[in-house]
Amino acid sequence: MNRDDFLPIERDTHVGDVSFVVRPNWWQRFKRNRLAVIGACIIITMIVLAIIGPMVSPYSYADQSLLEANQGPSLVHWFGTDTLGRDIYTRVMYGARISLTIGIVAGLLNLVIGVMYGGVSGYLGGKVDYIMMAIVDVLYGIPLLLYVILLMVIIGPGLTSIFAALGIAYWLNMARIVRSQIMKVKEEEYVIAAESMGIPKWRILWRHILPNCVGPIIITLTLAIPEAIFTEAFLSFIGLGVNAPMASWGVLAAEGISSMRSYPFQLIFPALAISITMLGFVFLGDGVRNIFDPKEGDR
Amino acid sequence: MTRYILRRIGSAFIILWVIISITFVLMHAIPGGPFTDEKKIPPQVKATIEAKYHLQDSVFTQYTDYLANVITGDLGPSYKYEGRTVNDIIGDAFPISAQLGLLALLVAVVGGLAAGAISALRPNSIVDYIITFVSTLGMSVPTFIIGAVFVYVVGFELGWLPVALWRGPEYMILPVLTLAAQPMAFIARLTRSALLDVYQQEYIRTARAKGLGAWTIFIRHALGNAILPVITYLGPLAAGLLTGSFIVETIFAIPGLGQYFVTSIYNRDYTVILGITIFYSALVVALNIIVDLLYPLIDPRVATTKEA
Repeated sequence: MNRDDFLPIERDTHVGDVSFVVRPNWWQRFKRNRLAVIGACIIITMIVLAIIGPMVSPYSYADQSLLEANQGPSLVHWFGTDTLGRDIYTRVMYGARISLTIGIVAGLLNLVIGVMYGGVSGYLGGKVDYIMMAIVDVLYGIPLLLYVILLMVIIGPGLTSIFAALGIAYWLNMARIVRSQIMKVKEEEYVIAAESMGIPKWRILWRHILPNCVGPIIITLTLAIPEAIFTEAFLSFIGLGVNAPMASWGVLAAEGISSMRSYPFQLIFPALAISITMLGFVFLGDGVRNIFDPKEGDR
Repeated sequence: MTRYILRRIGSAFIILWVIISITFVLMHAIPGGPFTDEKKIPPQVKATIEAKYHLQDSVFTQYTDYLANVITGDLGPSYKYEGRTVNDIIGDAFPISAQLGLLALLVAVVGGLAAGAISALRPNSIVDYIITFVSTLGMSVPTFIIGAVFVYVVGFELGWLPVALWRGPEYMILPVLTLAAQPMAFIARLTRSALLDVYQQEYIRTARAKGLGAWTIFIRHALGNAILPVITYLGPLAAGLLTGSFIVETIFAIPGLGQYFVTSIYNRDYTVILGITIFYSALVVALNIIVDLLYPLIDPRVATTKEA
């Protein structure tokens, strides 16, 4: 609570289309939430590493040098080398690019498909809502991972297939949550007021309703992104990941597991990379839940 | 209530039909048949094989045939394991997967509830911090890495437990723990925050004021309410354990259904992939219904007529 909270609101000149958004000071709350800040820092560090990490390495992720195979961590190869003599540090950093890209794409798909679908369904209501939600219910009843696997079998492994599979499967939860939130918000007086002023529906949805659903949307995102990264790691583990010599963290971990007995460091570094990133998302998720929904989170 | 159950079962059949159709279409969208292999097969032989599996019929006939077979519970022959049907494979392998899954479910729920409860009853104590730390870590580490670490440390370095196959209780410990780790961590966190919430409620204060002991309050008043989110999670958890067992079965070389599924992907054994997918889907749909039907029995506040 600070002085700014008590200042009178500025008068809007454009009466009739004021955005009635209940906008508590999220940035302030975020800064005060230690978990969220730690989580965000971890994730940002990972993103920065993904961008500049490969640049500071003299090797490329595909360079093989069989004479230097299976070396332990050293000054020359920071994380050691794998069975083909590729530099593990470079591969882990490139892996970060792929795994984080998958996370970001999954997040965008959630935002675009999930929020739109849920938004339209919840706002229009009636028969449209009934049919749209029936479709979601049917898809929800299907163990989606199996279909992601089937899809990968059919279109073949690779980054594009992973994106396609995620796009088909990973927006349902978001659609459901956005819809139920919108059902709540659209009964609010400011929405009715906007409707009675004859503002077009899409504009009401975009300017008045969706901004008030930001909390649940962000909470769902912090769950959906790590889930996508996990899914990719899983797919890579059973051999349906990105194509060699490209490597995501899942591929690297799978390779590490196969030579774990003789060269444990080959598993340790990719495993650490995945786990630390996931830890970041768990922290961020917990923190964000506290910020947007103080009642539900941990104390 | 009966109407609700009937509607749920009705929609389950629609879901299953959609699943079968999607799976069938997907399998037929694959370029090339199952016998356009790396090996060159003489055309006559190929024709004979295709005739045997009715692959020369129109796609629609194949679809209706397949649907009719699935309804009678026949998932067809395997293309790669000669002389075995998909039903044989499921019959052999599923009991092992079910054992693994159920044990993991048990461990996850009991362990998770216990850890969450201990944590919530002494909030901000050292025990609470340790449990919270371990469960947060448990949620962050992928299952296959947990499994690999178990194999390496307990199996190879310490040599305490076998790390492959499924031949008796000592073979089960590591796979079950691996599979249970992530859901257990999640349940512990869920239970902790639900219990902390419940302990803020007025009826707990009333119970305390009445002079009830801490244990009675916990069992009679707190646990019942705090367990609800855990029960809601059981549906997704069951599905998660089924697919999670793919990884665990691969790591520990357990001859369960998950391993067959993964091998069939490598072998491109389409009928097996198709059959296992349908079988698992039916299982998940059934589990979801059971959880949904149990829920109002446990929490009377949830009206069954109003669907969520």
